[in-house]
Amino acid sequence: MRVLAEADLRLDAGPIDYALLVIYFVVVLGIGVMARRSVSSSLDFLLSGRSLPAWVTGLAFISANLGALELMGMTANGAQYGLATVHYYWIGAIPAMVFLGLVMMPFYYGSKVRSVPEFMRRRFGKPAHLVNAISFAVAQILIAGINLFALAVIIDALLGWPLPVSIVVAALVVLAYTTLGGLSAAIYNEVLQFFVIVAALAPLTIIGLIKVGGWQGLVEKVTDQEQLSAWPATELTGIQNPVWSVIGLVFGLGFVLSFGYWTTNFAEVQRAMSAKSMSAAKRTPIIGSYPKALIPAIIIIPGIIAAVIVPEMAQLKSGDTSSGVVYNNVLPLLMRDLLPNGILGIAITGLLASFMAGVAANVSSFNTVFTYDLWQDYIKKDRPDEYYLRVGRLATVGACVLAIGTAFIAAALGGSNIMDYIQALFSFFNAPLFATFIVGMFWKRMTPTAGWVGLLAGTFTAMFIYAISEPSFGIKLLELPGQGASFLGAGLAFVVDVVVSVAVSLVTRPKPDSELVGLVYSLTPKEDRSHSTTGEDAGWYRSPALLGGGVLALTTVLYIVFG
Amino acid sequence: MRLFDLRLIIAFLFGLYGVVLVVIGVGFTSDADLKKAEGVNINLWAGIAMVVLSALFAVWATLRPQFADKSEPLKEM
Repeated sequence: MRVLAEADLRLDAGPIDYALLVIYFVVVLGIGVMARRSVSSSLDFLLSGRSLPAWVTGLAFISANLGALELMGMTANGAQYGLATVHYYWIGAIPAMVFLGLVMMPFYYGSKVRSVPEFMRRRFGKPAHLVNAISFAVAQILIAGINLFALAVIIDALLGWPLPVSIVVAALVVLAYTTLGGLSAAIYNEVLQFFVIVAALAPLTIIGLIKVGGWQGLVEKVTDQEQLSAWPATELTGIQNPVWSVIGLVFGLGFVLSFGYWTTNFAEVQRAMSAKSMSAAKRTPIIGSYPKALIPAIIIIPGIIAAVIVPEMAQLKSGDTSSGVVYNNVLPLLMRDLLPNGILGIAITGLLASFMAGVAANVSSFNTVFTYDLWQDYIKKDRPDEYYLRVGRLATVGACVLAIGTAFIAAALGGSNIMDYIQALFSFFNAPLFATFIVGMFWKRMTPTAGWVGLLAGTFTAMFIYAISEPSFGIKLLELPGQGASFLGAGLAFVVDVVVSVAVSLVTRPKPDSELVGLVYSLTPKEDRSHSTTGEDAGWYRSPALLGGGVLALTTVLYIVFG
Repeated sequence: MRLFDLRLIIAFLFGLYGVVLVVIGVGFTSDADLKKAEGVNINLWAGIAMVVLSALFAVWATLRPQFADKSEPLKEM
């Protein structure tokens, strides 16, 4: 992740912009203080007492993923690859989110587990649980540190604050509101952040479009017309053959990578688990999928516009790198060129808010897994609940301190490459996790041994493919540029996990049926999987299946119109 | 568990932001600001949109005061 190079991105922020930024942080901290009053148990702190309405958890679900790395990365992709970037949103998220809501949420929410690793423990026992819980906890700390570091780099470039100051200040703000208010504070701020980001990006897109002469003007000014169609996306995948490129997109990105990420990543699923009813939990990812389908309009289009109207960007696109600008600079450059003071302050607030919400999502999912899955299961069992509430708060402090440490190490190592490796490392766990979950949910014969053996086999497969295809390792048995190698790695990891799980299951002993009730499809009574349709859950417009069908139809129409 | 109403916070923040931006847009917009944003008084328009958003959330919270509570009690394990 090369966030910023040497280019001068300093924004002309005035007192009014700083005032708007300060107002936001006062509100954020105020939310922490107010949310504290509603915390009286560990479940309140770590899962918002399972009391939130679906629109809140749904927006938080999408917001937890809308970190600034995502914002900067996707506007950058828009500038570099054009319209093909929509695949990350449409095929790469929507089907998986609907699947999570309709197919997997009945087990996650219905079994009353408090985390994704806890589901793992109940379904497959301790070895698989430990693999999942530890890898997740470590990943969240490291990713929180990366987010902090990236945040500091951005603040330095935009506003000129020294790196260590930004790292510590941002971590302290996150620490303050998550220790006070727990998951509720994190989720409230994610919803707030969602609206601030829209308020920042929509004006940017509108002014940009006016400047290029509307959509028609943009279409005429884009020199490489292939960048205006989403398929076959050969540039994006790095696969020259168009047919294989499409297959890679549909199976690699659309199936394995996206299902692996959206359905097993606890930082996301936790938002749905905090919903107040089964119906609200099922609707959480589906409600989130509507803004996910539409938001490319204010993320990718500005990227495409920037490549036309920002001189340094146009230069870079023609192959001239002398200005020092990189694609990740798209958003700051557009802000610099198009936004006057006032709305500029809102845009800066949106960027910083999204970074901090990303860190808070990492921290709030870490403390739940640490408290329930590591401390309560393996270290101190059977203590009163106040004890675990205290552990949750201390885990939050520990997570922030470790994240600050990680951020400083990343800064000392020069940033970019080490972070690419860390992100790649943790992507290895997703595809096999999804394979294990899906087989385990629908095949009661799958055994505890198969659970952890399959997981490890899949993860090592993904690592192996990465090792022999990553150019900088020098092994290079496999030549696949762009995203091709990660599609192949994830796909093979999935297949290997399924094959190994089935093979091991056939020669080991399964759990008795009585222990799998609520965890496996065939052993869960239908009424435990269904949601109520009365009171707050009544009405056809609250039907998860209908909402899910609606967003799939919307996405299809979007593909037909813009594909 | 009783949580305060998030809708009121959204209404508060965007009400404040909206008013500030409208004031800037009406009273403190220079020709350079206008030129930067392609002749659009973006602070004014964005401010108006935020005030509308704020009003919508305030009305919603007033008409339907119930916010965070459980509609389907969970059987504890």
